[in-house]
Amino acid sequence: MIEVKHLKKGFGDKPVLKDVSAVMEEGKCNLIIGSSGSGKTVLMKCLVGLFQPDGGQIFYHGEEFTTMTDDRRKEVRKEIGMLFQGSALFDSQTVEQNVQFPLNMFTNWTTAEKRKRVNEVLERVELKDAHKKFPAEISGGMKKRVGIARAIVLNPKYLFCDEPNSGLDPQTSLVIDKLIKELTDEYKITTVINTHDMNSVMEIGDKIIYMYKGEKEWEGTNKEIIFSKNQRLNDFIFASEFLRDAKDMRMLEQAGKIDNDRNMDELMK
Amino acid sequence: MKFITEFGRYLLMLKGMISQPENRHVYWKEFMHQCNDIGIGSLPIVAIISFFMGAVSTLQTAYQLVSPLIPKSTIAQIVRDTVLLEFSPTLVCIVLAGVIGSRIASELGNMRVSEQIDALEIMGINTKTYLVAPKIVAALIVIPLLIVVSAGLGIWGGWIAGKASGILSSNDFQRGLLGSFQPFNVYFMLIKAYVFAFIISSVPAFYGYYVEGGALEIGRASTKSVVVSCILILFSDYVLAAILL
Repeated sequence: MIEVKHLKKGFGDKPVLKDVSAVMEEGKCNLIIGSSGSGKTVLMKCLVGLFQPDGGQIFYHGEEFTTMTDDRRKEVRKEIGMLFQGSALFDSQTVEQNVQFPLNMFTNWTTAEKRKRVNEVLERVELKDAHKKFPAEISGGMKKRVGIARAIVLNPKYLFCDEPNSGLDPQTSLVIDKLIKELTDEYKITTVINTHDMNSVMEIGDKIIYMYKGEKEWEGTNKEIIFSKNQRLNDFIFASEFLRDAKDMRMLEQAGKIDNDRNMDELMK
Repeated sequence: MKFITEFGRYLLMLKGMISQPENRHVYWKEFMHQCNDIGIGSLPIVAIISFFMGAVSTLQTAYQLVSPLIPKSTIAQIVRDTVLLEFSPTLVCIVLAGVIGSRIASELGNMRVSEQIDALEIMGINTKTYLVAPKIVAALIVIPLLIVVSAGLGIWGGWIAGKASGILSSNDFQRGLLGSFQPFNVYFMLIKAYVFAFIISSVPAFYGYYVEGGALEIGRASTKSVVVSCILILFSDYVLAAILL
């Protein structure tokens, strides 16, 4: 579990995070959503220690992260895996070398053991024939998979994903979401995802935190979000006509007023 | 004020890279990789520049020494000392500042912009130790070797040019090379090489490591690192000459 208490962060005179408190639940997909500039990326970077907060506390399993010694922080970071928006793969290394890098750095395994583990995780993310390819030779979706494979190769307790669906087509986005959800459940990882993608919110958001202008505006589950009365959240999530209709349908469906299959033809009219 | 801030960050970067490596084997591989990139990668350009530098200095020295009272072997002495004291360490290092410096700055800048440095930080790796230190250590080992090779090739170039143009014979050249030779000149060349190697590797690493923005800023950082390195090389060249000669 990751707990954030009264977190503050600003750049120059501009406050970006204003007294944010939240709990990232253990073994679940915790989604941070919000419009551009709402502070979700800054919140994530504070959580992983890339930014030093101006105030407040971050606790990893009850241990304060913000005031840890560098050595202890390094130890905690070994339990963190992160998927970056642009995948952040090492250009000069092949897919296999990218995934093997954390093993080379932090284990004393033999080459055969490392290769076995790399094959395992690449197979798990459904990348079997890309071992010898360089990042420049693979697609955006494949890069995300390699990024995920690298993030989970050391069996982390926490997985952070910064906009995992950006730049991907809807179908690949769904595949990546499904993969993250499966890995979260399979390895009991505490996953924190920073996203704009409404499919992700509805499909894998065990817990959703909505950020607005540097503050936590709303939190709940993907079931609760449909019935939320928060106007800002509704404006953000159900921004298009299509999504508003989908919401109405889901509300009617959940209230038992329509049977999705039976009434579909009628609704299409 | 900005200069003091930047200098402070530069010193902090240097301080930050002194830490225990997470895995010696991986660091050793990275160090060897840098030695190869800096040393073998720069060898062809160093060889070409040095050879022609020596050849041209023979021809130009001969052109200026018109008095029949001055023995021809003096040309070789002048070429030798010029190559050892100035041309090989300073001129070659200025070229290396462009070749190696821009590569280091753009490599680290690209890693910063594409979040590869952040990825390493999150893994729990000290990125200054892993990315900057091997470059500086490799430069400190390889660049003085390149300068020694450069001095040898420069003198050889001078010899070939002298012989080919008929300005002075091999015997004259060899007599000149051995005449009034001061071993301190070689030490001075090596001292310069170490100082310049540190500048060539650490200044571009600083500009690349702290780059902010996108592709445009990487280009700017690369150019700035080369300009600053060249100025610092020339300034320290003067300071060393004033102190040691």
